[in-house]
Amino acid sequence: MSELLIKNAVVCDPLNNINCEKMDLSVKDGKIVESVSSAAKLIDAGGKLTMAGGFDGHTHCAGKINVGRFMSPHDMRMNPIPGLSGKVAPTATTRAQVGYNTPNTFAIGYRYSKLGYTTITEAAIPILAARHTHEEFESIPILDKLGLTLFSSNWQVMEYIRDNEPDKLAAYVAWALRSSRGYGIKIVNPGGGEAWGWAKNVSGLDDPVPNFDVTPAQILLALAEANEKLNLPHSIHIHCNNLGKPGNYETTIASMKLLENVKTSRDRQAVHVTHVQFNAYAGTGWRDFETGAPMVADYINGANHLTFDLGMAMFGPAMTMTADGPLEYANSRLLHAKWSNQDVELEEASGVVPVTYSSKNFVNAVQWAIGQELALLVKDPWKVMFTTDSPNGGTFVNYPEAYTLLMSAKKRAEIIEGLPELAIGRMALPGIDRELDLYELAIMTRAIQSKMYGMATKGNLGVGADADIAIYDINPDSIDTSVEHEAVKKAFSGTAYTIKSGEIIVKDGEIAATPEGKTYWVNATVPKATEDAMMVNLVQKFKRYYSVNMANYMVEDAYLPHPVEIKTEAI
Amino acid sequence: MAVITDAICSLCGSLCDDITVTVEDNKITSVERACILGRNKFVGMFLHDRIESPMIRKNGELVDVSYEEAIEEAGKILANSKRTLSYGWCSTSCEAISKAIQLAEETKSLFDSTANVCHGPSALAVQEKGGPAATLGVVKNRADLMVFWGCNPAHAHPRHMSRYSPFSTGSFRQKGRKDTKMVVIDVRKTDTAKLADKYVQLEPGTDYLYLSAIRSAVNGHEDVIPDKVAGVPKEDIIEVANMLKDAKFSCIFYGMGVTQSRSKYKNGDMVSSLISDLNQHSKSVMIGMRGHYNVTGFGQVATWETGFPMAIDFTRGTAYYNPGETGANDVLTRGDVDAAIIAAADAGAHFPQDSIKYLAKIPVIQIDPYANPTTEVADVVFPAAVVGVEAEGTAYRMDGISLRMKKLIDTKFKTDEEITSDLIQKVREIKRGA
Repeated sequence: MSELLIKNAVVCDPLNNINCEKMDLSVKDGKIVESVSSAAKLIDAGGKLTMAGGFDGHTHCAGKINVGRFMSPHDMRMNPIPGLSGKVAPTATTRAQVGYNTPNTFAIGYRYSKLGYTTITEAAIPILAARHTHEEFESIPILDKLGLTLFSSNWQVMEYIRDNEPDKLAAYVAWALRSSRGYGIKIVNPGGGEAWGWAKNVSGLDDPVPNFDVTPAQILLALAEANEKLNLPHSIHIHCNNLGKPGNYETTIASMKLLENVKTSRDRQAVHVTHVQFNAYAGTGWRDFETGAPMVADYINGANHLTFDLGMAMFGPAMTMTADGPLEYANSRLLHAKWSNQDVELEEASGVVPVTYSSKNFVNAVQWAIGQELALLVKDPWKVMFTTDSPNGGTFVNYPEAYTLLMSAKKRAEIIEGLPELAIGRMALPGIDRELDLYELAIMTRAIQSKMYGMATKGNLGVGADADIAIYDINPDSIDTSVEHEAVKKAFSGTAYTIKSGEIIVKDGEIAATPEGKTYWVNATVPKATEDAMMVNLVQKFKRYYSVNMANYMVEDAYLPHPVEIKTEAI
Repeated sequence: MAVITDAICSLCGSLCDDITVTVEDNKITSVERACILGRNKFVGMFLHDRIESPMIRKNGELVDVSYEEAIEEAGKILANSKRTLSYGWCSTSCEAISKAIQLAEETKSLFDSTANVCHGPSALAVQEKGGPAATLGVVKNRADLMVFWGCNPAHAHPRHMSRYSPFSTGSFRQKGRKDTKMVVIDVRKTDTAKLADKYVQLEPGTDYLYLSAIRSAVNGHEDVIPDKVAGVPKEDIIEVANMLKDAKFSCIFYGMGVTQSRSKYKNGDMVSSLISDLNQHSKSVMIGMRGHYNVTGFGQVATWETGFPMAIDFTRGTAYYNPGETGANDVLTRGDVDAAIIAAADAGAHFPQDSIKYLAKIPVIQIDPYANPTTEVADVVFPAAVVGVEAEGTAYRMDGISLRMKKLIDTKFKTDEEITSDLIQKVREIKRGA
């Protein structure tokens, strides 16, 4: 393969403690190397900001998003961010693009690449529907992908917890990851999906799941234990109970506390708590609704066992989609919005509802503030992953706007000025003057993901890392990010170069090439005797309750044309 | 002799995946567990005449030609067309559908599925109100009330009721049919209706009225319901509304009696609204009874690749969607296309007269394993392998679950996917040459 030499790059690479230093980067065979020959193709970065390719650690990009697309033809025409949304005609290198919150697969690949992202994580794969997720993965060009497999209301899981069978539980989790070609354990509103099978929900960590005699707390603890037993690269990844409800910050803190004593098998967090903005609400109802971010941030500042992501809400139309089925139904009734639902037998629930976050609506305005408060009140950026839970809090093409909010108190103040007074009194944001710098932004958008997911070759530019590189058209030496937020936003909206596995895929904000990306998945092995014992139970589940035969359930190799298998062994 | 277990039946949207097939000398000699429709699909290629060779219409007659000649001719038709209709693609794999979308995009064609004359209004209803659904296994395990509305699975989806619905058993329905009430709402007393605990006969075209009355009762407004709605007495309406409210889990399976009768997509909109109302009381979901085994897959693939499930117009380069204007029959009855490619579906048998008359006037390319009424108006014909029997690939069950169909026997015929790929190459070649 060809060689590449990037000269005069101002590199921001937190995992290697490099904070905007001018240096050269050498690339060979898709990897960062010490040096290259004189035959290498030359790119002069001209002092521009250079980071590892962005890594979205929690996004809805394949599977459920298709339900969102299907129900929203109106979204396909929306073009609020020209170049990153709306209809775009095909070119010699690109396919036709549509959409804003729910773009087609091709647009997802192109637009993430333009933002400098090279790896994305689908946050929710139901095992039975995993084949569909991988079909969409295959259709998304350029990007590397991984996906988290759902275990939130799984009958096999809940029965093993009830029957106190931790080894069989771990064996089942390993089998299900292999079956779905998933990367890690996702738990959404534990137990709530099963209750939603009867149009009910669970009310908190200790509310037993109907008919299964286990509590959400037990589900979290047992799956955390299984996660460590299997020595998985990622921790459990949880969406807490009571999401979206005033007063839920207490459930969130209780869920975090619950997992304080989990012994990790690897040097990483014991738990990742996702889109905390939706779970950091105080008040007893919508009338006295207010931010709970200070309380949550306070707890996180004193805790050492977790990471979390923001789930920032951005003003404008969005599309909510989650395995939290009862939440989406509640959303649709509250907002009088259209509602799609898909319960998955023996495993999960899910729902999709369009929303609009309006700056004139006091609740929405407070939600907008909470995501930012979490980023700014938690002191250690190595605990914070940047997300909007795309497209739940806003679609990923809003990331540049979101970065500038976190980087400029001046910009925030300008927006806060126009918000309802009622909202301003219910948020903590006006009193926060912290501004993220580029180094902190790089941590939250690529470096923490590398650590969180145990992917040493991603999110950094050290020798041996994947040559996934983003070069942004700003000069860190001369730009004042807290004032020049428009220039920052522009630069992050279309890279000067995005390089994926050593190939230039974006040049001057336009797609230059569309190679196919890889799919990462985890193959965890457990002792054969344990697996055999687990299979006896599982075979019965298929015989009696699944509508699909076991032989047709597991995702076949044909759906992963470029797989990267990560092997682990049970401890 | 090879015995293949867990084969998937590629006939209807039930996509039964428990079929055992015996193959001897590349012939299917035994099919276990399939229904009569499915069995005929598996053994069909030995019972019916196949199209044996590619054909081109010359002097009014279809004559055998080489594959290359047919590709050349079809490529010319597509390259010279200002606006082609690409229709069908529902009895084939998702992989073929994906290729067909690429061909449509590159030739700036209109792209539509059999939903145009079937469940298209259901998609519009979802776009209005959403689709609160579940997988079939959820219904099998939980539903103590199953409603079949404007559909007749006894004949159209013969194993549906025993695998997924009233006659199946499940975790919270250990006694199967005994644990489940079955309601059939239809204008005719069908063979499905004969199996029901409660049959409601509607006057034709009154589904919307009846649904409105049911919703009024469910929402506690019995007082506004007249003595008779849709030919059904008020007491009867309240009885069904109470059955729905009192069930722990209800599912409404709906068919073309809902989607293609008067009020069309508004009926589906109303079903969706009813499901939302019912969830205030107890769990309820809706599932469309899809016909072609992979019409659901067409909707899925088209949605993730183009943003829209059907009636997609690439004339402007980008995807434009306006059913009523850009549907297959919309453009055919208006005479708004100058060529057509029809694959894995039979427009000739199912389209209105005006559409077929127009198809007879324009060049038509057909891709299909068998001769059918569409062949009569076709100018270039490609015989294709039968997907799910002679070729593998992905299909989506009516509830949106995708499965991998197996290749059971070898064939000399090319797959839809291969033929479409060759057409893409040929059109590129012609356009580059020009």
